Amino acid sequence: MAHRGLAILAAALALSCLVYLVIGVRGNWGFVLALRAERLAALLLVAASVAVATQIFQTVSGNRILTPAIVGFDALYILIQSVLVLAIGGLAAAQLPEIGRFLGETAILALAAVALFAALLRGAAGDVQRMVLAGIVLGVMFRSLTAFVQRLIDPNEFAAVQIASFARFNRIEAGPLWIAMAVGAAALAGAWAMRHRLDVMALGRDHAISLGLDHRRMLMTALVLVALLTATATALVGPLAFFGLLVTSLAHLVLRDHRHAVLMPGAALIAGIVLIAGQTVFERALGLAATLGVVVEFLGGLVFLALLLGRGWR
Amino acid sequence: MPPASLPTAEPRAGRHAALALAGLALLAGASLFVGAAPLSASALLADGEGARMLMLSRLPRTLACLLTGAAMAIAGLVMQMLARNRFVEPSTVGSAQGAALGLLAVTLVWPAAGLAAKMLAASLASLAGTAAFLAMVRRLPVTQPLLVPLAGLAWGAILGAAATFIAWETDLMQFLEIWLNGEFSGVVQGRYEILWLTGIFAAAAYLLADRFTIAGLGRDAAVGLGLRYERVLLLGLLIVAAVTALTVVTVGMIPFVGLVVPNLVRMGAGDNIRAALPLVALAGAGAVLAADLVGRLVIHPFEVPAATVFGVIGAGVFVWLIVTRRGHGA
Repeated sequence: MAHRGLAILAAALALSCLVYLVIGVRGNWGFVLALRAERLAALLLVAASVAVATQIFQTVSGNRILTPAIVGFDALYILIQSVLVLAIGGLAAAQLPEIGRFLGETAILALAAVALFAALLRGAAGDVQRMVLAGIVLGVMFRSLTAFVQRLIDPNEFAAVQIASFARFNRIEAGPLWIAMAVGAAALAGAWAMRHRLDVMALGRDHAISLGLDHRRMLMTALVLVALLTATATALVGPLAFFGLLVTSLAHLVLRDHRHAVLMPGAALIAGIVLIAGQTVFERALGLAATLGVVVEFLGGLVFLALLLGRGWR
Repeated sequence: MPPASLPTAEPRAGRHAALALAGLALLAGASLFVGAAPLSASALLADGEGARMLMLSRLPRTLACLLTGAAMAIAGLVMQMLARNRFVEPSTVGSAQGAALGLLAVTLVWPAAGLAAKMLAASLASLAGTAAFLAMVRRLPVTQPLLVPLAGLAWGAILGAAATFIAWETDLMQFLEIWLNGEFSGVVQGRYEILWLTGIFAAAAYLLADRFTIAGLGRDAAVGLGLRYERVLLLGLLIVAAVTALTVVTVGMIPFVGLVVPNLVRMGAGDNIRAALPLVALAGAGAVLAADLVGRLVIHPFEVPAATVFGVIGAGVFVWLIVTRRGHGA
């Protein structure tokens, strides 16, 4: 049943990719297809990263409302980038080798995430609402702090941060970001390897421990994976607040399954469909500029509210 | 309000108020002499140029900070009574985003509209946004107080996304940024005076304070005590919406003032709203002025918006409130 669901989703995604690749092509097919294929790969990776990161985070935090983006993982990543530019200057930051810079920033993000959120998730165990609220406000604080640091940066060097306040999918440039894509792909593989342990994790801390799972270590590993995936997605398109929430909620709704072997690929497929088909519709059909991110935000906000009012927070 | 608490609460509130006033006077004095261009007391006496700058820019800016801070702190307190929850304020329940939507609408439909029309549209939209939130709150179980701010944040995000979409498609993003991100660097003589109107709403809040306290007991208890609940609710909504719209139109929204300030004051001064209200106003004025001063000083001679400064500090205090006030209810 679930596998049939996955197959249908995969078929829908393949169709959206095909349409994305060939719609409205004029002139040199080889050139256009190569360009679009590169973007398509980046978009698919972003979709999978956000979906899987959200699913993992929801499992280890034991609720369906919080997502890495809502608690401010992406804001934290941009904050780290901004602080780097502030500390050593935009020129020096730009001259750092791409690989070293991305890996360094991601490593700092992973450390900060483990330090901050492991404490939050463990401290508020059993008090989901308090944790959710504290997480959301932490997210707001990171965004304000980022805005603050970006104001401190010399305007001439500000371009080095190069992250907008909301995501843009049409300006994606995969070329220079292959290292981010490599890290993202590796993290996705890691998440897949953890799928059965995540199923155990989803039973709750006490059950997981009595079933022989090292809960603490698992929590750390999961947070590191979420940090890697978030860094990948944010480096490629920018921050995406409610996108992950939207797709994991849809995955639960469509697949009606609790195994991560089904949920993670399902959420990733749905995320791909939303991004690729949405981008096609918005860019080609409606002629709207860069607003898919905003529409996703709107829908995600509605889902969030519905979850709250419908007591989906357990 | 238990009568027994009155004799102890009143003098303490008086001492607090005196302290707050003294602090505020110090801040305001400092604010007059801090800015991109240097201004010292001796220069002020020596030539007319210094005095002109004081009257045209520094004094209006200081007053705007004080008025905005006081009004937003009061609006936050009223909002908390109406929603019967300590963790809400106009910028986290959709009032500010509603005001921005109303402003966008009037800017698009009637670009030549005057300030009064814009104010009216912003107030009405803010009223609608806040009323929708309150309707939502009524459906939430009273035993789950933290659901209320969560629903408010989501509602605010939805309205904000709608505003962003419209603004993006109509090239009004810059306006939206200005409305939702309060700063005072643009305040000069002639551009802030409308903020004095907030004084009327603050006075109204003071007069109605006891009714809001009763309304805060819930609809059944309030009606049982003889309160015309719906009317008090509407008056409270009007105050919140008008103050929010005034702030958004003139200087832009400053997040967390209405949330952090009343909570901190009530931790010290207790829950007697009428006694706490002047303190809340003073503390709000001081907090916003301090945030603006920090913003002026931290990368002098450039500036950081007061909203950004307050966003960082206010969010930090909010997290602390949530985490520490365990078991205190909401």
